[in-house]
Amino acid sequence: MKKIVMVILLLAVAPMMATGAQAKWSGVDETVVEKFAEEHGRAAVDPLINTDQGDLLLFVFLLGGALGGFMAGYCYRRLMETPGKGKARTEGPETEAKAELGRPG
Amino acid sequence: MKKNTIFWMAAFVAGMVAIPGQADAMHLSEGILPFKWAALWSAMALPFVMYGLWQVKVRGGQDVSFKPLLGLMVAVVFIISCMPVPVPLAGTCSHPVGTGISAILVGPFISVVITAAALLIQALFLAHGGLSTWGADIMSMGVMGSFAAYGVFRALRSMRVSLGVSAFMAGVAADWATYFMTSVELASGIRGEEAFVPLLIKIAVAFVPTQLPLGLLEGAMTAGMVVLLYRKRPDLLVKMRVLSAKEAAV
Repeated sequence: MKKIVMVILLLAVAPMMATGAQAKWSGVDETVVEKFAEEHGRAAVDPLINTDQGDLLLFVFLLGGALGGFMAGYCYRRLMETPGKGKARTEGPETEAKAELGRPG
Repeated sequence: MKKNTIFWMAAFVAGMVAIPGQADAMHLSEGILPFKWAALWSAMALPFVMYGLWQVKVRGGQDVSFKPLLGLMVAVVFIISCMPVPVPLAGTCSHPVGTGISAILVGPFISVVITAAALLIQALFLAHGGLSTWGADIMSMGVMGSFAAYGVFRALRSMRVSLGVSAFMAGVAADWATYFMTSVELASGIRGEEAFVPLLIKIAVAFVPTQLPLGLLEGAMTAGMVVLLYRKRPDLLVKMRVLSAKEAAV
């Protein structure tokens, strides 16, 4: 337990040391992919849908969450219930596997 | 003593990779590949996606809980492949791929579908990858990552290697195979008149300082998830055909 706490503390302190040592942490897309591409005359272009404008990305997340939630709710029966039985599925490979293992379902 | 050594080695690897900072990723961005290469990689990825979709339909018909699980796996791969991890040894950031765990749990073809969905959302809304390079990214992360992981996992399991070690090696294979394939795609797309192999080696070597430790992290993460499932819900591993009922009962 002591060792785990020590490691967690080290990991917590390390960022502060590292931030001072290195001002910028570029991704390999910049340091490898784009670097080699630019050296060979290719450059990345702006994405077709650029959501990096103000709060647009937040709006997109909101829209995605709302749409996903609506679809999951609308299709709840198809997702969670056995067709034709009208109740939550209790039988199937999972239950069979549990039975084989001798575990309670 | 042995346990101590393993603990400190694991702590060292975690320390190397867990110091945070500004972060980015591996996906090929919009415009990096010439059109003909982008089209070629898309055409190559298409059969894998189509067959994967057919498998989703079949398994979804057999088991009603399969599709919700699939949605969950898309979320897992989406998050893992967006998660930038700084690597102090290299001074750069990169991300794991997540296809190791998805290939182990649902098989490589369905893992390709999962990756395609995650990559599409990232390309559309996060400027992470691109629509023109979607096929190339599916080939590297989805096809190469999933098949390498699945192949390694199944091969090791057939040699009676333990579940945790097999999952660890599968995670490592998924990560390294993905970045190797990215190097192949980039080298073939940008080389012009330059020789392919020397350029491929140059690009692959440039990925090494970041991906070497990150691959080990991905291995540890994959092994952790599989072992946790084995301890808490072995029945799920049986259901997903990762283990036989006999193996899970041991």
